[in-house]
Amino acid sequence: MSQVALSIQNLSKSFRIAHQREGLPGYKTLHDELMTLPRRLITRFGRNERSTSEIFWALKDVSFDVKAGEALGIIGSNGAGKSTLLKILNRITEPTTGAVDIYGRAGALLEVGTGFHPELTGRENVFLNGAILGMKRAEIRRKFDEIVAFAEVEKFLDMPVKRYSSGMYVRLAFAVAAHLDPEILLIDEVLAVGDAEFQKKCLEKMETVATKEGRTVIFVSHDIDAICRLCSRCILLRHGEVAKTGKTADVVAAYLGGAQDQAPEINFATIESQASFRFAGLYNPKGQASTFFGTDEPLLLKSSFAVRRQIEGLQLSFSVFNFKGDQIFYSSISMAQPAISVEGAGEHYIAAVIPGRFLLPGNYSISLALHTPKTKLYDLREHALSFRIVGTVTDRYDGFAGDELGQIYADVKWRRTDERQPQPSPGGGVSTLASASR
Amino acid sequence: MSTFSTLPPVSSEPSSAIAYAEPQPTAIAAVRRDSEPTLRIRPTKGWAALNIRELWNYRDLLWILVERNIKVIYKQTALGIGWVALQPLIAAVTLAVVFGRVAKLPSDGVPYLLFVFCGLTAWRYFSETAQRSNSSLVNNAQLVSKVYFPRMLIPLSHTFSTLVDFAVMLVMVFIFMAVYRVPPTLRLAAIPGFLLLTAMTATGVAFWFSALSVKYRDCNYALPFFLQIWFYVSPIIYATSTSVSPRWQTLFALNPLVGIVEGFRWSVLGRSALNPSIFWVTVAMSVIALLSGAFFFRRVERDFADII
Repeated sequence: MSQVALSIQNLSKSFRIAHQREGLPGYKTLHDELMTLPRRLITRFGRNERSTSEIFWALKDVSFDVKAGEALGIIGSNGAGKSTLLKILNRITEPTTGAVDIYGRAGALLEVGTGFHPELTGRENVFLNGAILGMKRAEIRRKFDEIVAFAEVEKFLDMPVKRYSSGMYVRLAFAVAAHLDPEILLIDEVLAVGDAEFQKKCLEKMETVATKEGRTVIFVSHDIDAICRLCSRCILLRHGEVAKTGKTADVVAAYLGGAQDQAPEINFATIESQASFRFAGLYNPKGQASTFFGTDEPLLLKSSFAVRRQIEGLQLSFSVFNFKGDQIFYSSISMAQPAISVEGAGEHYIAAVIPGRFLLPGNYSISLALHTPKTKLYDLREHALSFRIVGTVTDRYDGFAGDELGQIYADVKWRRTDERQPQPSPGGGVSTLASASR
Repeated sequence: MSTFSTLPPVSSEPSSAIAYAEPQPTAIAAVRRDSEPTLRIRPTKGWAALNIRELWNYRDLLWILVERNIKVIYKQTALGIGWVALQPLIAAVTLAVVFGRVAKLPSDGVPYLLFVFCGLTAWRYFSETAQRSNSSLVNNAQLVSKVYFPRMLIPLSHTFSTLVDFAVMLVMVFIFMAVYRVPPTLRLAAIPGFLLLTAMTATGVAFWFSALSVKYRDCNYALPFFLQIWFYVSPIIYATSTSVSPRWQTLFALNPLVGIVEGFRWSVLGRSALNPSIFWVTVAMSVIALLSGAFFFRRVERDFADII
């Protein structure tokens, strides 16, 4: 089956960003327009306003095909153009240049609860939401019972949804959307809601749609786990361009591991904050900046940041994530022995060592934060650095390079035992515990 | 609740999967082979077609939006639908006292209260539609920026939902007629026609203002003043025949509300004749209002999601 369900050719989308000196950016009032009218008339209808506005390309020359029955994932960091692409496919916004051809009825599963009205009852909202998503009234009526059963809100159908718990609200919204019947399904970040059990149910539903029913699915998400489960092929967008296409595992690795083409050192652009990062870098034991480390090599993480005024309780911390974006561990300067204070104004230079034989081979990323415990976040640099741990001969790692074996290099003591296993004594610990708990 | 006792338990998921039918993929593939794309997305420029067919395809959504508007507007108010009757009544009494009693404006030989209420019926349908749809796109920003559907449906839904207000006022007109013993005439049959003209004008204005307010929030503040001025340049508290010299009446009728309000009074009160030139100018102006609004809306709607 090699029919094309969706074909995108040289798609680009640009936005004009206005640099306004005052007022809310983006909103123009009639007054502003009138005041600048004479100037704009002189400069040929504002076409020469280069000094105050610039063109930003949210998508640049994107081309790819999606085959019928394929589940394609689209990943990329914030601002990579994922949402813009999906919006164009959904006809919410128009491309600047390029073309899209869609073969079959396309339906979108966007942020859940779009179009829910708080004053209306659950029943009324099912119809409203269904119609907004493109269902006919008769179609909704036919699926109504199924939707309600899926959402598990039977008892509250005639209550305004503003009185729903957020869980119920989300369940109902997802249920409506999940019962859409398009041939091509566009899904955006829907799983970021609901309790864990419902998330599982949603994912299963989507898996059914994508794999068993043979529908074409385009799935845009930050949830790498869900992407890995649902999609066979992935596209990585970076700065509006297709950076990589291929099997999900490879593309995901390129996205989060990204070690091959990412610099080991970064100078950060300063932000408007009382404390902000200046620099971060990763170094091997030889003192060289690097993104590749052997399993037995310690990682030296250096960072510098500026504190404008003394901030009581300020802490530097970092987290390490695996290729799926799961957090592996967290460490904060408050754990330092002896204690280090970074509260004072001025520039601080701090180093942290992640020991060798701690992480298994794979791709990792590091996020850095400046914050006061549980109160204020001054600066957060998500996935600022990334690195790759590779197996080395010296630590006798068996060389399997997958990320699937876990992340923790456990210091397991292996030995041969010649004796037979000691038998548990008949009146031993287990039964004592059991009787004690009764 | 009894409806749901017959529901199968939640574990009936497999049956939901069956609803999608297994053989579908092959069916889809067969249809798709060598066929034209179902949908082409291309950048558009300049004026766009009105695409009435698409509006028609989305009629289910239009009705549901209309239903929503009606249900929501007076929710959590003690008087509920009573407001629909109360608002024009209070307005009419106020106007009758000020302009009928104090200023003693002529009212074509009918009681001033009935005279003014007649005009208000047409006027309020127009102004309520314009006012409610003005901020409708901005209020539904979440929808506009997340889902595709013909955006015209949002202002258009108010044209229809305000009909409820109109119906209530019309019933009140009949009550007033009974109270003041004004005999009904065959001219009442013309009311739907004048209602159509009002709806066209109101929708045209609604298209203009709702589309403009996506970019310029000023419209929220400008429209009330605009409507206030419009109210006084329309013959609601006075009659065109007595207050405007015949030479200027055709020019005066460039305001479509002139013909509409006069037309309503003509069909309800059955007094003075309707000036034909006023009538035809009004018809032309309503068509112009509707079409210009619709084309302007179509032209700017492609940017809504980006700037709303």
